[in-house]
Amino acid sequence: MSLFSTTYEPGAFFDEMFVPAGSVRPHYRRLETRLSTLELQEFERRRAAVDLAFLRRGVTFTVYNDSEGTERIFPFDLVPRIVPATEWTHIEAGLIQRITALNLFVHDLYHEQKILKDKILPAQQVLTAKHFRREFMNFSVPKDIYIHICGTDLIRDHEGRYLVLEDNLRCPSGASYMIENRSAMRRAFPNLFQSYGVRPVESYSDDLLKALLHIAPPRSDKPNVVLLTPGVYNSAYFEHCFLARQMGIPIVEGRDLVVRDAQVFMRTTGGLVPVDVIYRRIDDDFLDPAVFRPDSMLGVPGLVAAYRAGRVSLANSIGTGVADDKVIYAYIPKVIKYYLDQDPILPNVNTYLASDPSDRKFILENMPRLVVKSANEAGGYGMLIGPAATEAEVADFRAKVAAQPRNFIAQDPIMLSRSPTWCDGRMEGRHIDLRPYVLYGEKVSVTPGGLTRVALRKGSLVVNSSQGGGSKDTWVLQGDD
Amino acid sequence: MPRAAKLPPSRPQSNVMLSRVAHSLYWMSRYIERAENIARLLEVNLQFLLDFQRYDDAHLKEHWGSILASSGDEELFAKLYSTADSRTVTEFFSFDVRNPNSILGCVFAARENARMIRDQISLEMWETINELYLYLKARSTTDLWVSGPYEFFQDVKRSSHLFQGLTNSTYSRSEGFEFIQFAKYIERANKTTRILDVKYHILLPSASDVGGALDTAQWQAVLRSASALEAYRRFYVREILPWKVAEFLIFSDSFPRSIHFCAVRIDEFLRRILGESGARPRTEAGRASRRLLADLQSLTINQVLESGLHEFLTDIQNTLDRIGDEVVETTMFYPTEASAEDQQQQQQQ
Repeated sequence: MSLFSTTYEPGAFFDEMFVPAGSVRPHYRRLETRLSTLELQEFERRRAAVDLAFLRRGVTFTVYNDSEGTERIFPFDLVPRIVPATEWTHIEAGLIQRITALNLFVHDLYHEQKILKDKILPAQQVLTAKHFRREFMNFSVPKDIYIHICGTDLIRDHEGRYLVLEDNLRCPSGASYMIENRSAMRRAFPNLFQSYGVRPVESYSDDLLKALLHIAPPRSDKPNVVLLTPGVYNSAYFEHCFLARQMGIPIVEGRDLVVRDAQVFMRTTGGLVPVDVIYRRIDDDFLDPAVFRPDSMLGVPGLVAAYRAGRVSLANSIGTGVADDKVIYAYIPKVIKYYLDQDPILPNVNTYLASDPSDRKFILENMPRLVVKSANEAGGYGMLIGPAATEAEVADFRAKVAAQPRNFIAQDPIMLSRSPTWCDGRMEGRHIDLRPYVLYGEKVSVTPGGLTRVALRKGSLVVNSSQGGGSKDTWVLQGDD
Repeated sequence: MPRAAKLPPSRPQSNVMLSRVAHSLYWMSRYIERAENIARLLEVNLQFLLDFQRYDDAHLKEHWGSILASSGDEELFAKLYSTADSRTVTEFFSFDVRNPNSILGCVFAARENARMIRDQISLEMWETINELYLYLKARSTTDLWVSGPYEFFQDVKRSSHLFQGLTNSTYSRSEGFEFIQFAKYIERANKTTRILDVKYHILLPSASDVGGALDTAQWQAVLRSASALEAYRRFYVREILPWKVAEFLIFSDSFPRSIHFCAVRIDEFLRRILGESGARPRTEAGRASRRLLADLQSLTINQVLESGLHEFLTDIQNTLDRIGDEVVETTMFYPTEASAEDQQQQQQQ
């Protein structure tokens, strides 16, 4: 086995491919056999071919704060992450349970607020969440679905247990990479797929379109669906184009839409054409300058009025961000119990709330041993990894937490599982997470696969693309090996 | 809220084209065609100078000066460079991004437009533009001088041809297709007028030069700049005569880069885009196009030469600009500036 030879060290972490004694886990065996027949040069050749293909196809993201507007490819690792069927069944059940409860939770928060009246959650914390939209109290969304698209970040701890790290309920991104990564792997290892029984991920775009059509207002039997993008300078612009193309729907910017008499239209060369469903990839704040941020240049004045009038549907609905707030996250196990009377199938990471006096004391005293996160940041920003931080950084965060306790949480650091990853000419263990995609349409479905992100820097636990992360193809198997 | 204007009946979604998309298709297509024409013009003239190495500096300067003059970028060049020689003009027209009409500038603009409408064009079309862009980014004028520019210009032209072929073979015949074709022929007709005009700037020959080796070579270069040398020979089966060259490049019925050929296509696609079905056009663009076509179908080369070739060509350029602008305006309905970059960048989870 030339690629793994004797140099690979699973280390003291949960390794996806190897058991501690060094032997290969059953569901990785065929991959290992295949890779061991590959010459190093051949492996490098295929890797370079995949990178080139990404660049040529323009599967890139834009690097911000770079005057040349550099586009980079999202680094891709050829060693897939493999999930056996039994594990997937567990993950799938956990995700369906979670999104079902979250959706009931959001509905309740914007209607009776029973969960607050029953004192399961402190009302004050919920109602002060940054993304709670009191303007939408008692507003009923089409088919009572709030969260149509959800990307839940899962991690595995040192024992290999799957834990939920966070819920992304507003505009989760990355599904296009899940599909592009698969097609890259198919080109690199065409024969491996036939024998392995890998479940396809390509149904994602069809399922997404179905979920969007499901919420169309009853105006016409052939509803017009569009994808609303912030524009070509957004780092996920590639994804917006990719999904729009896959679904065969137009991609529009705010300036392409206009509202007349509470009906949204797009401006076409033939005049105005009505729009029924908007898959929006811009945040609530920017949707409509007449209602939210008046300085928004991305939105459409009057869009919210049309939404309220039931003439256009939005996915995801306005106000879902209240449920992916990192403070609210700590209460989700209780939320699941409350609405479904079930214990969570996928547990949370143990979380301390700075707003709770005894937790706060614990956080301030133990900061170097904890991971501290700001409640509303994404992309790996606004975060302190205590064990890896300098004293100055810790002091800085201590001051921030003391000043604004509502805005911070802390978690026990999780030693994320590792996967063999090709680093500078050899295989090394790198930490990974997993973002599967859940769609809520006529029923809830989880695409068998997802985006496995990998922290390419040695020892790093941050997998975000903006912070030196890469990705891997995620194989969900028909069977267990 | 103001009362809604009477709205057109809704069309099935597949037939709908956003105005912004039409605009981007238009510019994508024009810039690709422009890059190809610049590549051919440079290639032919560098080649021409190799054949006439006895040119002294004054002649060289005059030669490049006329090409700059006909391109319309003379002023910008004078601001950026002190002398006009093969090296500086090649740099200016190939890689200098300060010149929006350099090959790199055009391909960058084509790609930016394509990027904004990636969901609308085929993957193959996008890949061709993107690869050409990556290819250009990886090269410089110095590389050209070392490896010989022939292959470089060949690659640029080939990419444009590939793009056009892929447009024909992978893009649905739709309104978008009409915009792409319309834009291509507007740009091509414009460039053919400029190629002919180069000769006006170099020329005004002293009587003794006419028919001489230099004169013939120059007119040959004009034909080659429009890929028309072989087509000319096959059509006339005779020596290269200045007025015949002009006649061919202006009036040919069948040669796809002649102004007349382009004008026929422009009129055809414009009528489809604007829905002009009657014998009398309803729009200003439609009327201008019809007038241009009438001139190109009724005038003779003698009439053109008598009233002045340069003026005739300049008029055509102005008409083409007007037609292009009006079609864009008519199908736009709204300003097209993009929204703030920093706001676009924030939306991410």
